[in-house]
Amino acid sequence: MWTGILIAVLVLLGLALVFGGLLGFASERFRVEGNPLVEQIDAVLPQTQCGQCGFPGCRPYAESIAEGGAINKCPPGGESTIKALADLLDVEPQPLDAEHGVEQAKRVAVIREDECIGCTKCIQACPVDAILGAAKHMHTVIESECTGCDLCVEPCPVDCIDMITIEPDIRAWTWTPPAATIIATDRQEVSS
Amino acid sequence: MTQLWDFSGGVHPAEHKQLSTRRSIQAAGIPGQLVLPLQQHIGEPAEPVVAIGDQVLKGQKIADVSGGMGVPVHAPTSGVIESIGDFPVPHPSGMADKCIILKPDGKDEWCKRYPISDYRKLDRDQILDIIHSAGISGMGGAGFPTHIKLKPSRDRKVDTLILNGAECEPYITADDMTMRERADEVVSGLKVMAWILRPERCVIGIEDNKPEAATALRKAVQGTQIEIAVIPTKYPSGGEKQLIQILTGMEVPSGGIPADIGVMCQNVGTAVAVARAVFEDTPLVSRVVTLTGEALEKPGNFDVLLGTPVDYVLERAGLQPELVSRLILGGPMMGYTLTTTAVPVIKTSNCIIAATASELPAPPPEQACIRCGQCAEVCPMELLPQQLFWHAKAAEFEKAEHLNLFDCIECGACSYVCPSSIPLVQYYRYAKGEIRVQRAEQLKADRARERFEARQHRLEREQQDKELRRKERAKAAAEAQAKQKVEAEKAAACGEAVDKRAASSALVEQALARKKASSEAAQSRAATPVESEPEKPDIDALEKQLAQAQSKLETMQTMLEDARAQQADNVEKLERAVTKNHDRVKRAEEALAEARKSLASQTESQSIE
Repeated sequence: MWTGILIAVLVLLGLALVFGGLLGFASERFRVEGNPLVEQIDAVLPQTQCGQCGFPGCRPYAESIAEGGAINKCPPGGESTIKALADLLDVEPQPLDAEHGVEQAKRVAVIREDECIGCTKCIQACPVDAILGAAKHMHTVIESECTGCDLCVEPCPVDCIDMITIEPDIRAWTWTPPAATIIATDRQEVSS
Repeated sequence: MTQLWDFSGGVHPAEHKQLSTRRSIQAAGIPGQLVLPLQQHIGEPAEPVVAIGDQVLKGQKIADVSGGMGVPVHAPTSGVIESIGDFPVPHPSGMADKCIILKPDGKDEWCKRYPISDYRKLDRDQILDIIHSAGISGMGGAGFPTHIKLKPSRDRKVDTLILNGAECEPYITADDMTMRERADEVVSGLKVMAWILRPERCVIGIEDNKPEAATALRKAVQGTQIEIAVIPTKYPSGGEKQLIQILTGMEVPSGGIPADIGVMCQNVGTAVAVARAVFEDTPLVSRVVTLTGEALEKPGNFDVLLGTPVDYVLERAGLQPELVSRLILGGPMMGYTLTTTAVPVIKTSNCIIAATASELPAPPPEQACIRCGQCAEVCPMELLPQQLFWHAKAAEFEKAEHLNLFDCIECGACSYVCPSSIPLVQYYRYAKGEIRVQRAEQLKADRARERFEARQHRLEREQQDKELRRKERAKAAAEAQAKQKVEAEKAAACGEAVDKRAASSALVEQALARKKASSEAAQSRAATPVESEPEKPDIDALEKQLAQAQSKLETMQTMLEDARAQQADNVEKLERAVTKNHDRVKRAEEALAEARKSLASQTESQSIE
């Protein structure tokens, strides 16, 4: 009887060792560099690189979220980004933290070109290299690359940069969802 | 007899076609003003090639595309370009877009045309060029540039060319009347397209509610191998994918195009436009538009110049303003309500319905879905409209996409049968739009991330380079120092060799003394010039400076004179430069005089001493 128990224990021990070894090998051999969660979070963030969250760029913020930081610090992403983050991390969505700013319509920076003195300060501030120009020459913003982060407005010594809200145009227009009416009489105007 | 297949689903709405088939196609005439949107097709908008005030002839190119996807726009009649700017265009948003406004002069004078007698002598690419420069885009509704559609990628051989004359949507009869009255042009256009594509089979598909059109076409195709297929009337048999299924039994794969299964579908109106472009060198400047609805006195089909305002054509068709409750552009199933009649007729406008309140009443309010499943039964794409509706309403777009939302052709059959009158198609359009916006945003975010990371790398690299250069400089300085030291030691060693026998202490002392002496000498040497030497080189330098400034001034003055003689526009700048140089010369002179004075006083004081 003891031999039976002993055999069972030995077999289990052997199996444990074999699988333990296998798992150990696999974890070394197929090690994932970096934190894959950071990549996933970074993919959800709007990549404006505006720093409104208090981190120098979207990736550092993603890293802080991966370590358990708050998910409601991104004003450019707004509610939809918070919702996506909550879905991804399986946590409760929170309202946007007003301390870091409010959600705004999409904007782009526009340089009033005849006022520009060519100081290159905004070029150095732009996180996505969307401003073109050289010292003592006029600068201009590449509109399609501008993320609307605001960072170039502050350093401009002559205040010649405006943040312009992007107006909806015919090519960017999309259908709106049908307005919900509950009962037939809702549509009738009040007449007395 | 052509073998026919069936597609699943479909509906049979009241046709209302006889309203507009009683009269033959009439010319709508030339309105007081033509509004020509620069984008009447899918793709990139065209760029104006005329300026305000230009006199243009009928058929002259007034806007062109530089490449990519798009077709040019032509002047529909002769006249003057009045303005170029944003005006309301036919679009469900009711927004404005860039348009060219043409004021007709009434002469309707053609520009020079070069018709081709035998297109078979030309290259296929040349024919495609003719089609492109004639500004032809699909006239069935979507407006896809025809020359691109007619050039499928090399690995896609088109076996079957289908001409779509089904026109399944109620009210619309533009294609019907075109086939009845312009059958020869339809067939010759089809022949040109067939010559380009070299298909094995050419079919014209016509619904069986248009017997006159079928008869006219049968007559026109006599002696050719073109088949005429009369198909049962069912909405939406005129949908490209449905017609292909009816005529070939094949389904276009999800997300694919008909060319993937060796089929191409063209509209009959497009065939006429191609025929005119090739045989008459007539660009697309007009189209047949159905004007129908019970609020019109004389409904019918009109040959309308592109850019003609809708209110002008409505007037021609005898609009009774007091009866109109809704104006619809397109058909009642897929069209949209017009908010203003100031919009023009464009290449894709096939029908305008002026409906009375009893004819097309406002849709009853949306009620809850009762899950009757009728929408799924009629869906020609075999989708699950109910599920799509739930997901679209709950903004769960990913799930909707997973259920093949993008295969929806927005035919409206589901909305038509819905007993709860849910505007299903609008939900699908909304969901599609949102998904497209999200995709675009994702793309932009990815690009921003790439640019941000590239910038970070660049900054890092620059920092490293700076660090490297700093280190190199420090190293070079250290080496130079070491070299000096070695030299000094060598010199010391030389001294050592001379006084070999002297005691080491004496040697050190001597060396020290020598060093001390030399440093003292250096000090005295350094000290003496401080007292006596500064003026002399100073005066030389100042004299040099003065000479330089004077020569500069001279050249500036000669330049200024030249500029004045030539009356160049930089005179002002040069004048400023000259005054600046004057100042410079003056300053140099003053400095020199001062230096001389101080030198004189010094020598004086020295002589006194």
